[in-house]
Amino acid sequence: MDPAVRTRNERINRLGIGLSYLVTAAVGLLLAAIVGYLLWNGWPRLSAAFFLHHPEDLGRGGGILPVILSTVLLGGLSLLIAVPLGVCTAVYLTEYTTEGRLTTAIRFGAECLAGIPSIIFGLFGFILFVVTLGMGWSILAGALTLACMVLPTIIRTAEEAIKAVPAGLRDVGYSLGATKSQVVWHIVLPEARPGIMTGIILALGRALGETACVIFTTGVSLETPMSLLDPGRPMAVHFYILAREGLSMEMAYTTALTLVGLILLVNVGAAWLLARKRSS
Amino acid sequence: MSSSSPMAVDDLRRREERIRLALLCLAFSSVLVLALIILFVFREGVPQILKTGIPAFLAGSRWAPTKGAFGIFPMIVGTVQVTLGALLIGVPLSLLSAICLSEFASRRVRTVMKPLIELLSAIPSVVFGFIGVTVIVPLVRETLGGSGFSVLSAALMLSVMILPTVTSIAYDALRAVPASYREGALALGATPWQTVTRVVVPAARSGLVTAVILGMGRAMGETMAVIMVAGNAVVVPTSPLHPCRTLTSNIALEMAYAAGAHQKALFATGVVLFVMIFCLNSLATFIVRRR
Repeated sequence: MDPAVRTRNERINRLGIGLSYLVTAAVGLLLAAIVGYLLWNGWPRLSAAFFLHHPEDLGRGGGILPVILSTVLLGGLSLLIAVPLGVCTAVYLTEYTTEGRLTTAIRFGAECLAGIPSIIFGLFGFILFVVTLGMGWSILAGALTLACMVLPTIIRTAEEAIKAVPAGLRDVGYSLGATKSQVVWHIVLPEARPGIMTGIILALGRALGETACVIFTTGVSLETPMSLLDPGRPMAVHFYILAREGLSMEMAYTTALTLVGLILLVNVGAAWLLARKRSS
Repeated sequence: MSSSSPMAVDDLRRREERIRLALLCLAFSSVLVLALIILFVFREGVPQILKTGIPAFLAGSRWAPTKGAFGIFPMIVGTVQVTLGALLIGVPLSLLSAICLSEFASRRVRTVMKPLIELLSAIPSVVFGFIGVTVIVPLVRETLGGSGFSVLSAALMLSVMILPTVTSIAYDALRAVPASYREGALALGATPWQTVTRVVVPAARSGLVTAVILGMGRAMGETMAVIMVAGNAVVVPTSPLHPCRTLTSNIALEMAYAAGAHQKALFATGVVLFVMIFCLNSLATFIVRRR
């Protein structure tokens, strides 16, 4: 090979690799920069009182207690609805049937659902749960809408977790005379639990940060929700309103910090669960 | 299982069959939800599109919902511009970092960087929107002029938001290329960079295209963050520094107070968005199948 060409190729090689490292480092720094930015601006106002007091003056002062309550209720209830549906779907797809037209249809449904933007879930939840079924703006309507949205995440992760259970374990169950449902319930699901939990936690993270799909189904009420049919204001919506209507930048930063902190905590928890499973 | 009389076995078999049927019904939940979404959103939106007329609705430039003028052309253009802008900025960055992590980085760098990039996708979109307003918008305003609320700001912000999606799918696609391809290229005297650009990337092409399409879907469907930085004026933007309104923002901005035909027109906007995203996802599925 011509030495000049070789030198040029090697220079391009060094340049390309260097550039790719640079971009990767920049992307990594981006996350640190975002978290750092929120910490810098939100930390001064963060206190126990912020979590334990009711908001004053539309959120310009006070705390975010009812907002935390709405968020917890919404997240918990949506998982309560989506997890059984998602795990049962995954069990059916992996244990009870072979690949065929039926599984293709179910997978296609889940894949489509995963691609639908949250604002369309919002429209759907509004017209079906809030209007047609007469739930009004409520925690229940919001949780049902969120459950529809996180369903594909739970199906996919549960499917992967169940598939990873070694076939030999099932054979042991069958050889002892267990029925299929007994094998699934007593052997497969316990074995797949860490993987399933990871999916559930990821879904929770997604549900907690969601705005577009809950703003039209749960409402924006700052009152404390006393029942599941009361409206509420989840944290992401509260933050959106604070920032968008320019009510209070300090409160917006602090709410953002709380929200991101909560979601990062949830995600790190999921990663920790998965790592613990791998090491065991 | 304590007794093995024929009767008990029969009972057991019947119970198993019932469980199987129950699971089958539950497994259809995702298909059912998809069907319900199509049914309810289309039932509200499609009649309004037909009433306005398909060409008038899609190509009309006047959006005055209180006066009965429903043309969403500016929003379609806004969505396309913002999405393409996000891809233009985000895809090269995502592909480069996927290449770095998959081909060049040491194991230690990979185990640190991959979760970090994935955590980026956990940050809620409203937070990105807020950072867009407090950082990107002033930056664009001061360096390039205009109000800062613009197609460019939205594209910049979205390019960061699609990074984790595109990077992690592209990474998986690159990793799926057999090691023998790389060994062959290196053995022929190619530099590592030539191996990546001429052998690994072409071999992973369909997976990389899927990654870009899914990132595109994410950018197109983003709502609250875009509202916060795009300016939301109903005009066809002719410069990246002009404000614009996307289909998603059109719905979210006006849903709170819309009623009657206006509300139906917002569902109709949703129908158009749904069809666009659906086509994109079908394309992605098709490419994955063909592989």
